[in-house]
Amino acid sequence: MGLKIMQPGVLTTVQDAGRFGHQAAGFSVSGPMDTDALYTANILVNNPPDFACLEMVFQGATVVFDRKTWFAVTGGDMEPKLNGSPVPMYRAVEVKAGDTLSCGVAKTGKYTYLAVAGGIDVPQVMGSRSTNLKCKIGGFQGRKLAFGDELPLAVTGDFLDNFYRKHLEAPAYTDSVELRVVPGPQDGMFTRQGLQDFTAEVYTLLPESDRMGSRLSGKAIESKAGVDIISDAIAFGSVQIPASGTPIILLADRQTTGGYAKIGTVISPDLPKLVQCRPGAEIRFRFVTVEEANKLYKQHQKALRKIARKTGFCPRKW
Amino acid sequence: MADIAFFPAGDSAVVVQFGSEIAESVNRRIARFTGNVENARIKGVRELIPTFCTVSVLYDPCIIGYEKLVRTLRTLLPGDEAASGGQRTVHVVPVCYGGAMGEDLPFVASHAGLSEEEVISIHSGRDYLIYMLGFLPGFSYLGGMDERLFTPRLSSPRVKIPAGSVGIGGEQTGVYPLDSPGGWQLIGRTPLRPYDPDRDPAILYNAGDYIRFVPITEAEYARLERDIAAGTWRHEILREG
Repeated sequence: MGLKIMQPGVLTTVQDAGRFGHQAAGFSVSGPMDTDALYTANILVNNPPDFACLEMVFQGATVVFDRKTWFAVTGGDMEPKLNGSPVPMYRAVEVKAGDTLSCGVAKTGKYTYLAVAGGIDVPQVMGSRSTNLKCKIGGFQGRKLAFGDELPLAVTGDFLDNFYRKHLEAPAYTDSVELRVVPGPQDGMFTRQGLQDFTAEVYTLLPESDRMGSRLSGKAIESKAGVDIISDAIAFGSVQIPASGTPIILLADRQTTGGYAKIGTVISPDLPKLVQCRPGAEIRFRFVTVEEANKLYKQHQKALRKIARKTGFCPRKW
Repeated sequence: MADIAFFPAGDSAVVVQFGSEIAESVNRRIARFTGNVENARIKGVRELIPTFCTVSVLYDPCIIGYEKLVRTLRTLLPGDEAASGGQRTVHVVPVCYGGAMGEDLPFVASHAGLSEEEVISIHSGRDYLIYMLGFLPGFSYLGGMDERLFTPRLSSPRVKIPAGSVGIGGEQTGVYPLDSPGGWQLIGRTPLRPYDPDRDPAILYNAGDYIRFVPITEAEYARLERDIAAGTWRHEILREG
């Protein structure tokens, strides 16, 4: 039934746009690390952009389809192969019952998304199909995928509308990125020197980075009188400065609240390029105002809608 | 309202800060403000996250910008009177104290120099404010325990504490929402499930509500557990004040 996992990869999970609306009760959002890649994978197979996909981390999965359908692979380049022959990333590909898709080690980037027409049809938990590994809910039985798992697929039609338009250019991932950051909420807790170093220094992405956060090494940021705060909420992209002084950028599986000062927050459009960075990547920060950040967010959404139109798919609410 | 400040948390969240101390008065103002914002149904507001001293307001910048949202939120700030009084939502939580359900009750009693009955009557004798939910789904940071019951955590945590366990950890008390490891002294257990992902709402209570523990016998525990599983019993929620 549906999609059978023949080889699960390192950390393959079901993720939709995320479990929103329950952070006040202590639930992490989960959801994709690279929201842009999830979005494009979905629109390539005529799914609404927030549908459930497989997220693969660094080492891809091998899956078998039990029916005729369409898939698209986006994000880090895992050199996908269909029945052993290379197939392109960022393109809708038709499969028939019994076909095998195998994804390898990411040649560029780190997070890769497999969308199937109609979406991965696991049950919703609290309004989302995203896997929350800590709470063991959502996705497939609340856990990462294993050999032999069979994922339900939603029923789809016989045709994929606008099939000939279903291809996009892959974004180029680099291992040297500049991230735009809105200062705050606790930038006032750092010295002038600390704030200056934050934007002047080059930080290096550590291998300990995961779905919870990107850990960086580099010059410690100086605080005025410690970095402990009364716990408050954490955003996707919050740049937390723990006692060591080196930044941690909190990501999809972040806890809902935390007790360290946050010097700033990476703007949403820059998060995909951060999460696709590999260990050793050079990270620089630049401050932007919240007005500028609002404008960049809108431009980014507009660009995504344009991509949807280009592939012949324009979801209603976008 | 001079102590209220607004900060951006990136391109799609505003943090509204109410002072900088953990206090019941701050929590009441936050609860009132959260209610006001929910009722206002501002277009573009996605989600609210209240914590000890702040409320994060998550928004969609395609619908509303930071400046306009802050202006709107200012009009929804509660007055000073919100810091005291107002209606309280009290969740009545039945607890079977001691025995197999609360194996550390004897230790807590001897540590406090009290009898087990006295510990039960003190613990269930006042309402506890839920300052914040976090850490685990539905894990409530409760404030206001009688200091006679302050008890250090276990020197080595238990590997698995059953959901519903009521414990004391230092100056805090609370209910474990799901089976988890933990180092708190266990004094009882409730048949209520503070967290059930298949129930709507999945979490029984909100930050700003109060919890009142009511002692029950083992027989009552067994009966309530059955009735809750059958869906024929719901815990009592009082609106006071």
